[in-house]
Amino acid sequence: MLSRAANNLYWMSRHIERAENTARLLDVTYRMSLLPYRVQESDQAWAEPWALPLVINGLASAYYERYPGPISSDDVLRFMVLDSTNPSSIHSCIQAARENARTERGAITSEMYEDMNSLWLKMRGADYEKICNSGLSLFFDWVKVRSHQFRGVTFGTMLRDEGYKFIRLGTFIERADNTARLLDVKYHTLLPSAADVGGAVDYYQWSALLRSLSAFDAYRKVYRDLITPAKVTELLVLREDVPRSLHACMNDIYEMLMMLCDDSSIEAERLAGELHAQLHYGRTEKIIEIGLHEYLMDFLDKLSLLTAEINRDFLVPVYTQQQVSA
Amino acid sequence: MIQPTIYDEMYEAEGIVRPQYQTYSDWLKGKPVDFIKQKQREAETLFTRLGITFAVYGDEGGNERSIPFDIVPRILGMQAWKTISEGACQRVRALNAFLKDIYHDQDIIKAGLIPEQQILANKLYRPEMRGFNVPGDVYVHVAGIDIVKTNLGEFYVLEDNLRTPSGVSYMLENRKMMMRLFPELFSRIPVAPVDHYTDVLLENLRAVAPAGVSNPTVVVLTPGSYNSAYFEHAFLAQQMGVELVEGQDLLVTNNTVYMRTTRGPKRVDVIYRRVDDDFLDPFAFRADSIIGVPNLFAAYKAGRVTLANAIGTGVADDKSTYIYVPEMIRFYLGEEPIISNVPTYRLDRADDLKYVLEHLPELVVKEVQGSGGYGMLVGPGSTRQQIADFRERILQSPANYIAQPALALSTCPTFCDTGIAPRHVDLRPYVLSGKSVTLVPGGLTRVALREGSLVVNSSQGGGTKDTWVLEQ
Repeated sequence: MLSRAANNLYWMSRHIERAENTARLLDVTYRMSLLPYRVQESDQAWAEPWALPLVINGLASAYYERYPGPISSDDVLRFMVLDSTNPSSIHSCIQAARENARTERGAITSEMYEDMNSLWLKMRGADYEKICNSGLSLFFDWVKVRSHQFRGVTFGTMLRDEGYKFIRLGTFIERADNTARLLDVKYHTLLPSAADVGGAVDYYQWSALLRSLSAFDAYRKVYRDLITPAKVTELLVLREDVPRSLHACMNDIYEMLMMLCDDSSIEAERLAGELHAQLHYGRTEKIIEIGLHEYLMDFLDKLSLLTAEINRDFLVPVYTQQQVSA
Repeated sequence: MIQPTIYDEMYEAEGIVRPQYQTYSDWLKGKPVDFIKQKQREAETLFTRLGITFAVYGDEGGNERSIPFDIVPRILGMQAWKTISEGACQRVRALNAFLKDIYHDQDIIKAGLIPEQQILANKLYRPEMRGFNVPGDVYVHVAGIDIVKTNLGEFYVLEDNLRTPSGVSYMLENRKMMMRLFPELFSRIPVAPVDHYTDVLLENLRAVAPAGVSNPTVVVLTPGSYNSAYFEHAFLAQQMGVELVEGQDLLVTNNTVYMRTTRGPKRVDVIYRRVDDDFLDPFAFRADSIIGVPNLFAAYKAGRVTLANAIGTGVADDKSTYIYVPEMIRFYLGEEPIISNVPTYRLDRADDLKYVLEHLPELVVKEVQGSGGYGMLVGPGSTRQQIADFRERILQSPANYIAQPALALSTCPTFCDTGIAPRHVDLRPYVLSGKSVTLVPGGLTRVALREGSLVVNSSQGGGTKDTWVLEQ
């Protein structure tokens, strides 16, 4: 297929996945902010739950530029939900996904386009006050459901062609990236307040993290035990049966690339295979020994090498003279 | 109320329904206005949700709008359709022969039927095409022939669109919409299907591939997703199952055209291009084109790729060439025109100019190379000031304009705020050439939604209707 088309489809699914992840994160943050437990140590990002969505997305400075002064839940929500100047807001992500879909409407099914377009038309008409009045959680649920729905329509209607594989690739790369960042920020910022480990705040924070990745019920089913950092690490990094874990994401990424790669794109497959093997054969003890933060940073670096290679091989290719002299 | 001087597609006279509308009319009578209203709203919602939109240039507010769709169909009986289809095909055959001629032997000029200057001095004439043989001698692979019916019930060709005519996606989507909204009507009325249009198009495009290519790769070339007709480009590519490419996706090496794919460069043999000649190749035509493909024209001239439509067809759909089409039909085909031209005044002729300037309020004046309803004056319905302003423009460059009597276009019942009322319509059937010259039974009916208005262009507030050709 056309490289430009593949690129658009890849980003269409990344944008939708990002909108969903942002909705999940904001929802959990919102719920947490309603709880009476607050960590008082103000020098920690996590101490102010509303900083988390900004830190994860690397948007803290962009936010402060736009909303100077102390952080407020209202401003963060405005910034992350509807602000069209913020390229990572839910509004911007859905707009970008729809623009990708509109450009590639010939490559996707009409059901997919209809679904995406109606999502954008609703999003375009959204009003912050109205969203607040009818309940923020309701809105976040709506975003999640629409993301599920779009994935479902894609799964249920689209030919399993190359375009489909690039759509899946985009979804899992975005998802892996999100899980790794979320886990890192939580883990990293939680560590200093060791005094709280096992306390109520700790419990809510871990369970919030799990919930934002739809892994809370999975945790209970798998471990039937207290939430511990080691087990959370195992669940979200190494277990392949948890759909948002790094291992599960890499399974799909590697599978897609094995199908997409040929002789001229073998490096992308190799990089994915290497990263996949690291998770497939990894052990929790080893990760803790290295340090979760270091481990996750290394993962994100490798993931970004992989995405650069995918760009080079498929999405924005540069041809050699040999390739066009046939 | 139906004015007696205007031909109405549905009613012969007050209360007397034409035969082709009988079943529809009976059905409609049984439906309350609210039902129709609700269906109309449903159609609007669906069109917006489906993203069937066009962009209006110069409209800064919303860059996309869905084209107004009217749910009352335009119905044509078999006999009327026979005239339209034979007349339109005849015209396209003659125009194609004309293009071949003027880029080769120029017999029609030698025969003294068309002045040499009319062709050679026309800026849409492409001297680069002289002596070049296009595959199968086909220049106009897709033509949109605009046809109107006047008060006596006669058809006239208003203009030929031979460059990159658009609108066919609405013909197809309108049918889908009608079948979705009113499935029961299609079991009662034998409406000829149109959805094989894209199959026929693909077959014709494959038939004109460069010699020696056995399994040609066809693509649709679009100016990009911000073009007003992007929806249509994407739609056609999808329906044909071919790639929709932009200029940046193509590259030319050794006179061979490739597209950039995820599996490396892939050769392209036939390009159904929806980009104007001027912008196709910055090395051959306008150097400032950023939507073109460098060296595409060289590959074309080397016979390594086919462009549809061919380069240089604009000279044949120029409104000042239009008046010679009946002559072309006689000259090349030895036939009499099945559908007549509208009498046309050429303002580069002193006597015509004089007449036109004296009768502006009754005439329609068009720019010779204009399209899309831009740059025209519709005398009836224009203010004194508008007429005076246009008069100035004509006087600055008379040769740039033609004028025609304001035809009493036929009307078709149309759903409006006040209920169902007559509105003026035209018809654009799409003639396909390649293997043969054919058209699917239907076309795009455009309707001027404003009461009394004669301008049907979507860019000027016109809407569309589904067009039904009855099979019996």
